[in-house]
Amino acid sequence: MELTADKIKELVVKPENKVYAKTPLLTDKTLSYCPGCGHGVAHRILMELVEEMGLENDTIGIAPVGCSVLAYEFMNVDMQEAAHGRAPALATAIKRLWPGKFVFTYQGDGDLAAIGGNETLHACNRGENITIIFINNGIYGMTGGQMAPTTLPGMRTSTSPYGRDTHMMGNPLKMTEIVAMLPGTYFVTRQAVHTAKHARKAKKAIKKAIEVQLEGKGTSFVEIVSNCNSGWKMTPVKANQWLEENMLDYYHLGDIKVDGKLVKEIV
Amino acid sequence: MAKKVQGYIEIDKEKCKGCELCVVACPKDIIRMSKDVNGKGYHYAEFFNPEPCVGCADCAVVCPDGVITVYRARIEV
Ligand SMILES: Cc1ncc(C[n+]2csc(CCOP(=O)(O)OP(=O)(O)O)c2C)c(N)n1
Ligand code: SF4
Ligand SMILES: [Mg+2]
Repeated sequence: MELTADKIKELVVKPENKVYAKTPLLTDKTLSYCPGCGHGVAHRILMELVEEMGLENDTIGIAPVGCSVLAYEFMNVDMQEAAHGRAPALATAIKRLWPGKFVFTYQGDGDLAAIGGNETLHACNRGENITIIFINNGIYGMTGGQMAPTTLPGMRTSTSPYGRDTHMMGNPLKMTEIVAMLPGTYFVTRQAVHTAKHARKAKKAIKKAIEVQLEGKGTSFVEIVSNCNSGWKMTPVKANQWLEENMLDYYHLGDIKVDGKLVKEIV
Repeated sequence: MAKKVQGYIEIDKEKCKGCELCVVACPKDIIRMSKDVNGKGYHYAEFFNPEPCVGCADCAVVCPDGVITVYRARIEV
């Protein structure tokens, strides 16, 4: 029998053979993100987990200010919008009032590390039983690509057009290593979603972060090193290559704290 | 008759934003960008050669917009 494209389609495209489809916990709205932006992949793996773990009626998410300000339009679960950088404070209140719910924040690096740096540190230091998903693309994507605390040394942005000069502008903040040193955090990890392999690994890490919260162990914190191809002024494919070669050289992937213990030397 | 794992993907071309990440992700090189554009003006991803597809779902996993549905079956050839 000759396998024509039509024949293959007829034999294979059946409901029982479906192995991957967009989760119903993402709405049908077109994502507001630029083509190729890592926010979309991060949204999807998070919502897949909420579905697979049967938490759709027991989840409350906090959306940030940044490109993902409209996350509540896309994630089909209960959501609250926080003021810029204030997601951990809002999550603290919600989790304390609803201890049985899975409560997460979803925040960019401008939101979490700049204006919200203070909130982040104190929520983690208090060991609030929440999950923080931190999308680090090294830039303020939404407002036009300004330098963030996480911008790499020498990296050009609209407010560091000659590259980040660390003498004048300081060094990139490794928020994830910093929160790992606080006694309140129980699981701290850095992941990426730019390839299928990385995205699958990131999904496992977020699953663990959710479990940690459900067990009441303290703060779980997942950084996702992501791209901002518009802010970086690259095609999506080029941005992912740049991420691999530059971002991952500074922001090393892997678990930093597991079961309340540091598993990596912090440098 | 021999059995073979056969995959097939469906791409929602109107929702595709043409980022090309699936083209890079596919280990079999059987996705390409269309010459035509969709309603948003993007060159969308096209599944042009189903036969080598094993249904690994790497394309769907990297798609930021979740526009790819993947099927996999053992078929007789
Ligand atoms: C109180 C306040 N200050 C400043 C702003 C402007 N502003 C909006 S988004 C943003 C930074 C967003 O960057 P990031 O959190 O990294 O998110 P991304 O867009 O990169 O995902 C800033 C400074 C604001 N909306 N509110
Ligand atoms: S500006 Fe950057 S972070 Fe924002 S949607 Fe576009 S690529 Fe993503
Ligand atoms: Mg950012």
